[in-house]
Amino acid sequence: MSVRQAIERPTTSARRAPRRPRLLHPGAWWLWAACLAVAASRTTNPLLLLLIIAVCGYVGAARRPRTPWARSFGVFLRLGLVIIAIRVGFQVLMGAPIGTTVLVTLPSLALPEAFAGVRFGGPVTLEALVAALYEGLRLATIIAAIGAANSLASPARLLKSVPAALYELGVSLVVALTFVPQLVGDLERVRSARRLRGRPTSGVRGLGGSAIPVLEDALERSVSLAAAMDSRGYGRTGTQGRVTRHIGSAALLLGLVAALIGCYGLLDASSPAVLGIPMLALGLAFAVAGLTLAGRRSVRSRYRPDPWGLPEWGVAACGLLTASAYVGAVALGLSGLTAPVDPLAWPAVPPVLVGATLISILPAWIAPPVPSPLGISPRHVSTEPHASAGPRESAGDRGADTPRRPEPQAVAP
Amino acid sequence: MIRFDRVTITYPDQGSPVLNDVDLQIPEGELALVVGPTGGGKSTLLRAINGLVPHFTGGTLSGSVTVAGRDTATNRPRDLADLVGVVPQDPMSSFVTDTVEEELAYTMESLGIGQAVMRRRVEETLDLLGLAEFRDRAMLTLSGGQRQRVAIGAALTAHPRVLVLDEPTSALDPGAAEEVLAALQRLVHDLGITVVLAEHRLERVLEYADRVVLVPGGGRPIIVGEPAAVMEIAPVAPPVVRLGRLAGWQPLPLSVRDARRRAGDLRAELSERQRTRAQEDVRPAPSIGSSPDSSPAPPRTEAVTVATMSRADASYGHVRALREVTLDVARGEIVALMGRNGAGKSTLLSTLVGLRGLDRGEVLVTGADPASLSGPQIIGRIGLVPQDPAHLFGRDSVDAECRDADHDAAAAPGTARALVEVFAPEIDIAQHPRDLSEGQRLALALAIVLTAEPAVILLDEPTRGLDYPTKERLAAILRDLAAQGHAIVAATHDVELVADVATRVIVLADGEVVADGPTAEVVVGSPLFAPQVAKIFASGTLGDVDQPAHHVPLTVESVRAALAVAG
Repeated sequence: MSVRQAIERPTTSARRAPRRPRLLHPGAWWLWAACLAVAASRTTNPLLLLLIIAVCGYVGAARRPRTPWARSFGVFLRLGLVIIAIRVGFQVLMGAPIGTTVLVTLPSLALPEAFAGVRFGGPVTLEALVAALYEGLRLATIIAAIGAANSLASPARLLKSVPAALYELGVSLVVALTFVPQLVGDLERVRSARRLRGRPTSGVRGLGGSAIPVLEDALERSVSLAAAMDSRGYGRTGTQGRVTRHIGSAALLLGLVAALIGCYGLLDASSPAVLGIPMLALGLAFAVAGLTLAGRRSVRSRYRPDPWGLPEWGVAACGLLTASAYVGAVALGLSGLTAPVDPLAWPAVPPVLVGATLISILPAWIAPPVPSPLGISPRHVSTEPHASAGPRESAGDRGADTPRRPEPQAVAP
Repeated sequence: MIRFDRVTITYPDQGSPVLNDVDLQIPEGELALVVGPTGGGKSTLLRAINGLVPHFTGGTLSGSVTVAGRDTATNRPRDLADLVGVVPQDPMSSFVTDTVEEELAYTMESLGIGQAVMRRRVEETLDLLGLAEFRDRAMLTLSGGQRQRVAIGAALTAHPRVLVLDEPTSALDPGAAEEVLAALQRLVHDLGITVVLAEHRLERVLEYADRVVLVPGGGRPIIVGEPAAVMEIAPVAPPVVRLGRLAGWQPLPLSVRDARRRAGDLRAELSERQRTRAQEDVRPAPSIGSSPDSSPAPPRTEAVTVATMSRADASYGHVRALREVTLDVARGEIVALMGRNGAGKSTLLSTLVGLRGLDRGEVLVTGADPASLSGPQIIGRIGLVPQDPAHLFGRDSVDAECRDADHDAAAAPGTARALVEVFAPEIDIAQHPRDLSEGQRLALALAIVLTAEPAVILLDEPTRGLDYPTKERLAAILRDLAAQGHAIVAATHDVELVADVATRVIVLADGEVVADGPTAEVVVGSPLFAPQVAKIFASGTLGDVDQPAHHVPLTVESVRAALAVAG
């Protein structure tokens, strides 16, 4: 109940007229999350990073759809913890020492000449550990942003919005994604089968024995899925001349090559200016033309495509604002982006960046409420605890007040 | 509508053709039922209709298959998607998207149908198949019957003129099967769709068929005709037809209703016999441990309890799968576990075998908690043949599986193979277990489980995909095992198998035991679980006081036996 209330409170309090529950366009969520990831990549300030994680978590909890996929945020957080642990572990074993506060000195390993730059063991300093922790946290924050996007809009939904020309690529990715949970089920089943035959279910032998039946099952299922998709019209193509088709493919290929050169030019400061933005723009134009031409070949239509409306613009804008604030702060050399490590000090909190980060929490209200799986709008679900809590609270207040009220009256005369 | 013209289909790795010189015409708006023994070529026939054979599966097809004038030689399955809708055997493996609504729209999207039309058709289909409340649900959360209806709906939204279904009710409980069949009948009657349907459980579908296509297998010529005429000679026949053959009714009855209307004399004769032998039970199978004062014919073994469950609770996440289940199973019993899909039957079996633990309560199998045992200790006490027996297999030949089984059970070499010889002598031990027929797989799995000589044998849905002769062989094996002192518990939807072999029936609903008693008493009183013969012979309302349940014959064999005594 408490979770549900936490989820619903923003919707009911921020909104006068009830909005029709719908799922936000997955692209908006992924753009928003990507912006948060960009923001996270620009800072090592742990306070800002934790704030970004909190924003991801809050918005995720408020607006994730009621599907099994949506519960994956915790998995991503745990993955983040693992990344931090690995980063710190590497620092302890192989990192270069910074600072002077030596915590412990590990026995160091003399490596041959060929590995001159590599250090193994040696003194472990507090500064180096903290630096590693911050860097690990930055990665974990990026992972958390992806996790939030993943639970807000499953990648399968995102892939449904790909351009028609890439549809076939998209569908194979979707199918691959839906196979993962099934594969987990298969593994579970094979393990029970091993138990039924009185064999060990864990350990290397247990695992090795499971691999072949699981793969066989997966293969069998792929074949029957392929048959089903074929019977259901997958891969039907319209009539299009060979020439047009080849022009389309050529344009796409040229475009991608040009875009690649453009990206290189943009990132490499020493290359001529013409290889930068102009080349990138040219490449993208070609690619779009290629995609459009190829897309005409497909006869597919789309059932209830996700609309891109005001809430989508709003969510995307929030993410973009946050990201540009961080990027801008880097360009302007604003302090507080990097936490001081040597000498070690408590990181400062730049209010501008805190504000910019908090902008990205607004999607928790901007995005429309999610539809509930039972077809009851979440408003109905949410009003119930509120309605019951409301009268009880006021009754309680009155109950507490009434005995007190006579007192002053009694004193007054 | 569908026309096979001298069609011969041969798969590359097989010498003889699967279908030989088939001529077949199915007119528009008919429901054609394809019957025949397992592995006889029913699926091949179905898959040839939309060109999956040979475009997808390989092999050679000579002759021609045309659907509404379009030849499958020049039209690939995807080109026929607007004309032929296909519902494969396992609907879960055919789902491309992850929610019901999107799945229903998928074929239409492939065909490029406009958005407004798609919206309307999806809504219509949701209503037609009673799926409206599940529209946003993920496929993984649906029950078997719901999945089957989604698969049918997904094929229907494209408005095909032909619908092809491969065993649409095999995984369903009797109630869900009736839902699906009612939906199909509505399509045939109201929309004029041509339906081609393959099914083993003829007792469920025969009465709906306009035409029966008998595929005898082995490349022998197929037989097409009116259901009653084809059933005269079919090697596979539901109880109602076999009763008709026994009584010599012409034409053969196809539904319980047909048979009841003609069974007046036979019913009178049987109850006359029963009145004269008031104390004698018609059914040959003994009812052990349940009604001690009745005197069953065979010598009863001591009612030694080998497995007990007391006040057992188990759950999946938030769903409570078992609630306060209390039961015990004795040696020599064959207990049938019935109930709708998702009632907790499989959970009960897996707790008995120790695959999952209990939240509360206790399970004991020959005095020990199965969850705490492992290795040879567990398989020597209790064994489970899973719903898909192939899940037990991991090797590349029957022989290797048998040797593994001997090794696992620490049995004398050759034990498992000897059992395979008994259950299915025709199995070639060099074969890959996945190449065996459904019945042979079941036999192999049973042999593997029995190698360790467990006191209790559990079977999960053992008759799925089995034809009648194979089912009879299974019934005989089960009776033998029970006579040898094994306790058998089978979770099943197959009311005819239950009537045939079970000594006791336990009905589960929402994880609770709602009925537990001798087979006759439980099934005769139930409109869903009663076998066809019981429905025919029950007088008046089911479970009438005038006619004690154990006087109602449950199988054709018991009628035959009663008549033989009478004769």
